[in-house]
Amino acid sequence: MSDSFNLEIINPEKLFLSLDNVSEVVVPAFEGDMGILKDHISIISFLKPGIVKIFTGNEVKELYIEDGIIEFSENSLSILTSRIIDIKEIKKDDLSSMINEANEVLKDENLDDQKRFIANQKIDILSRLN
Amino acid sequence: MASLDDLKKRITSVKSTQKITKAMKMVAAAKLRKAQESAEKGRPYSEKMHNIILNLSKNINDEENAPKLLVGSGKDNVYLCVVMTSDRGLCGGFNSNITKKAKSYFKKILDSGKELKIVTVGSKGFDQLKRAYKEYIIENISFKESKNVNYFDANKVGKMIIEKFEKEEFDVCTIFFNKFKNVITQIPQEQQIIPLKSDKSDVKNDVMNYEFEPEEDEILNNLLPKNISTQIFKAMLENSASEQGSRMSAMDNATRNAGEMVEKLTIEYNRSRQAAITKELIEIISGAESL
Repeated sequence: MSDSFNLEIINPEKLFLSLDNVSEVVVPAFEGDMGILKDHISIISFLKPGIVKIFTGNEVKELYIEDGIIEFSENSLSILTSRIIDIKEIKKDDLSSMINEANEVLKDENLDDQKRFIANQKIDILSRLN
Repeated sequence: MASLDDLKKRITSVKSTQKITKAMKMVAAAKLRKAQESAEKGRPYSEKMHNIILNLSKNINDEENAPKLLVGSGKDNVYLCVVMTSDRGLCGGFNSNITKKAKSYFKKILDSGKELKIVTVGSKGFDQLKRAYKEYIIENISFKESKNVNYFDANKVGKMIIEKFEKEEFDVCTIFFNKFKNVITQIPQEQQIIPLKSDKSDVKNDVMNYEFEPEEDEILNNLLPKNISTQIFKAMLENSASEQGSRMSAMDNATRNAGEMVEKLTIEYNRSRQAAITKELIEIISGAESL
């Protein structure tokens, strides 16, 4: 596998996922989805709520991510996030409680645009999963 | 000298204390394994976060427009100290070590005429500090309800700190916690989180050229509040591992001491029983002789 690179997904509690044969990762970067292949330029960016797609060989793994920072350098990609869930393991109850959470945030009238955008984005993604 | 009955009572009481300390030691040992594991698992996140921020801050040349969380508010008049302790006692010197460290820091601040504000996390620290520093304590947070350390709690503390910083209630923020080294050694630490002190030695010379999307300062503005919560979370994890370790060794000592005490008391008990028997024998013999 010459065109694969390393991926580490870390959340505060633990190393969530570590793979060394990833061929492509698509992350929901703040300014639009971003696909990362091997030998991508070193980059730091942050994420909005969305779906991370991980391509390994013929398999595709999809994860819901709530926020995060990515760092890519020397063919290793690190994703730091506070909440990440495998789409296959996501439960209906969790989904609706997360949507409610985001709706609560939106009720605040003094919310700045960025936070409002993030909350809206979250509802959008979550209801699509539902 | 105590009577035989009293001695017997004391022996039983020490023995039951020993049973309790032994049980506590076992519980602490089991909890320690879990806490230690999560502390070690949590390290990569905070380290990575720290690295990214270092990389970012190297790219910021314009000090004046840099985020305040990174460079500070430009003053250093008000110091906020977050003292993180446990909610339970009976863990040896765990809590007093932290408060001791914090107190010497408080003294330094007050002596230099700065203003001091204290936030305590964990009820034991509050109990120890309220006597001498009551007027400085502005908040006392305790997570007695949460069973395990979780990021959600840490985030609450982090948000509160940032809120206070934005209201310009303080200029410098330091957290105090115990770093877990091993079961016997826990090192009380003070760590300044606002403004972020970047260790110059950490910075590697071969600065990597990163691309940033969006701009550096926007990323930093997003990242720095998260970093605060992360640092607090790390401190909480280290603290909980330290607490269990400290409790385990304290309870181990207590069990051993109780064992020694039981031994001593048993010898004393046997001796006085023998003395009583001998005395009775002498009385019988001398009674028989006098006949």
